[in-house]
Amino acid sequence: MQLTLADKIWRDHVVRSAVGEPDLLYIDLHLLHEVNTPVAFDNLRAAGRTVRRPDLTLATEDHATPTFTDRPSLDEVLRRSQMKLIRDNCAEFGIQMYPLGDARQGIVHVIGPELGLAQPGMTIVCCDSHTTTHGAFGTLAFGIGASQVEHVLATQTLPMTKMKNMSVDITGSLAPGVTPKDVVLALINKTGTGRGVGHVMEFRGPVIEAMSMEGRMTVCNMAVEAGSRAGLIAPDETTLAYLKDRPHAPKGEDWEREVAHWRTLATDPGAIFDSAVHLDGSALTPFVTWGINPAQSVPLGGRVPGVDDFTDDRGRRAAARALEYMGLTPGTAMRDLAVDAVFIGSCTNGRIEDLRAAAEVLRGRKVADGVEVLLVPGSAAVRAQAVAEGLEDVFNAAGVELRYPGCSMCCALNEDRLRPGQRAASTNNRNFEGRQGRGARTHVVSPEVAAATAVAGRLASPADLAA
Amino acid sequence: MQAFTVLTGRGVPLRRSDVDTDQIFPGRFGTRTTATGYEDTLFADWRAEPGFVLNDPRYRGATILVAGSDFGTGSSREFAVWALQDYGFRVVVSPRFGDIFRGNALKRGLLAVRLDAPVVERLWQLTEEDPATEITVDLERRTVTAPGIDVPFEIDDHTRARLLEGLDDIAATERHADAIAAYESRRRPALPTTGAVRHG
Ligand code: SF4
Repeated sequence: MQLTLADKIWRDHVVRSAVGEPDLLYIDLHLLHEVNTPVAFDNLRAAGRTVRRPDLTLATEDHATPTFTDRPSLDEVLRRSQMKLIRDNCAEFGIQMYPLGDARQGIVHVIGPELGLAQPGMTIVCCDSHTTTHGAFGTLAFGIGASQVEHVLATQTLPMTKMKNMSVDITGSLAPGVTPKDVVLALINKTGTGRGVGHVMEFRGPVIEAMSMEGRMTVCNMAVEAGSRAGLIAPDETTLAYLKDRPHAPKGEDWEREVAHWRTLATDPGAIFDSAVHLDGSALTPFVTWGINPAQSVPLGGRVPGVDDFTDDRGRRAAARALEYMGLTPGTAMRDLAVDAVFIGSCTNGRIEDLRAAAEVLRGRKVADGVEVLLVPGSAAVRAQAVAEGLEDVFNAAGVELRYPGCSMCCALNEDRLRPGQRAASTNNRNFEGRQGRGARTHVVSPEVAAATAVAGRLASPADLAA
Repeated sequence: MQAFTVLTGRGVPLRRSDVDTDQIFPGRFGTRTTATGYEDTLFADWRAEPGFVLNDPRYRGATILVAGSDFGTGSSREFAVWALQDYGFRVVVSPRFGDIFRGNALKRGLLAVRLDAPVVERLWQLTEEDPATEITVDLERRTVTAPGIDVPFEIDDHTRARLLEGLDDIAATERHADAIAAYESRRRPALPTTGAVRHG
């Protein structure tokens, strides 16, 4: 039988299957962060259980860490009690943990790939929905809840029902100025927030093949915003070039053997998908969200829609709510929307390529008066690289400070947050109500648009600045 | 975990779709570290709006939340489930759920019941016309009944059996320790490890 990439990974990880029961799936790597884990560890302890495979478990702190320092005082650590708990829990159970200040610390979905821990054919889980990011490596990676964290800690397995397969073909080629973020925003606009539910989306086609690993991670990161359990991209030469010589990548003969294995994983010709989506990459332009879920988006050159632009009852109700929350008048040009803040960072767009793109736009320019810019690298390694490449000087000259790594204003769990009614252009993945602070108004954009918006003071693309 | 067999209770009509977990449980409460005591966090920002349905005293004590499609999308935070349970909900009804939310809910014994949109609409009408309307969710029979409604819902046998007995999933998996060990002995040796030491 012809199998998809997802089918093959699944097949290779079934520990046990029985009729009428979910499969018991083996987990190759379990990533942890400070927010969704304290109760899992408490329950584990209370039940007298231990961590079965600390050697397949890795923790970092990212969600609530400060970004104004990478040397938090003891008071600072204690004040953020989850930081203290993840440190204590990892010490108790012998789990490798990269605290703020460590050269390997960063947003969990940025450091996994960076360290070479995400490899084709693996299963990876994390207490975080954007675990889908790792799918860019041909890795079946998905988010889990705290009860499942406890389950994986104790058994290194999860009872799971197999997901359905959805192919997402992105054809053509991207016009200059169109980025992976625009691709995935346009895709979610087409699928809505729910079409991916219960599915693995396999992204393929010439646009994906031409994309860098950073870009592929951006796309897989947001697969979950279409409801998908996971996103996947078959490993190819781009994948191998990225992985080779990373700290945890196989070395020497192991590398050759694993590469040969990885090459067998691609979806067989003729494999049947449960459903299919197609997107014409050539037709895309920069995309931005206007509403309060990631599917409520328009081209940057477009206008705020009105309730009557939606024909179904659900769309109309959602639009009415979104317009009110976002404080928008239908018909307003997106480019006329002035912003109070710009956030560049997150596991969607906090990698070195994203910072380079932002620097390119900011080079020789100044941030508009009254616009607050938060520039937060996805990891300590990304930050170090940005400094080494001289990007920090470019940012400073533009009036932007390069902060320390973490989730920051993506989830507003630390002090980086918007005030009620403030409008932001943000490179993260979610424009949900209150996500960036109570009453905050988020427009999800690419790093290029974010940087141009910082200069223009209203939603803009780099091309608008040149004009 | 509390076992779930049959529940008869009143419903709250939440006429909204795409209710993401950031709304169910606003992130700013996510720095809490306890397992219980989340009732105040449920829909905290929406509850600040006087017209929000949970502020209507007629729905106080209801145990079934009836929501629009794509309930529980977004973040994996299990806090969303804990907040619903601590507030008193034992069932959430929606035409479609976010996968992670549904998994979390069923792990914790909060029954996530998928019903078609027209049935949800009918439940909204019933509970809006008369908040005292009783709805029965029967996990044994896998049905939802209310005046004029008697519809089946789907749930896999394994999850249903576990919920009916209130069983711990981890204990069930631990019975397959031999199969796990056997699997581990045939994993590819070059697979990465994280640098921590494996005990035993
Ligand atoms: S950057 Fe945002 S989306 Fe990514 S892991 Fe952090 S909080 Fe989640």
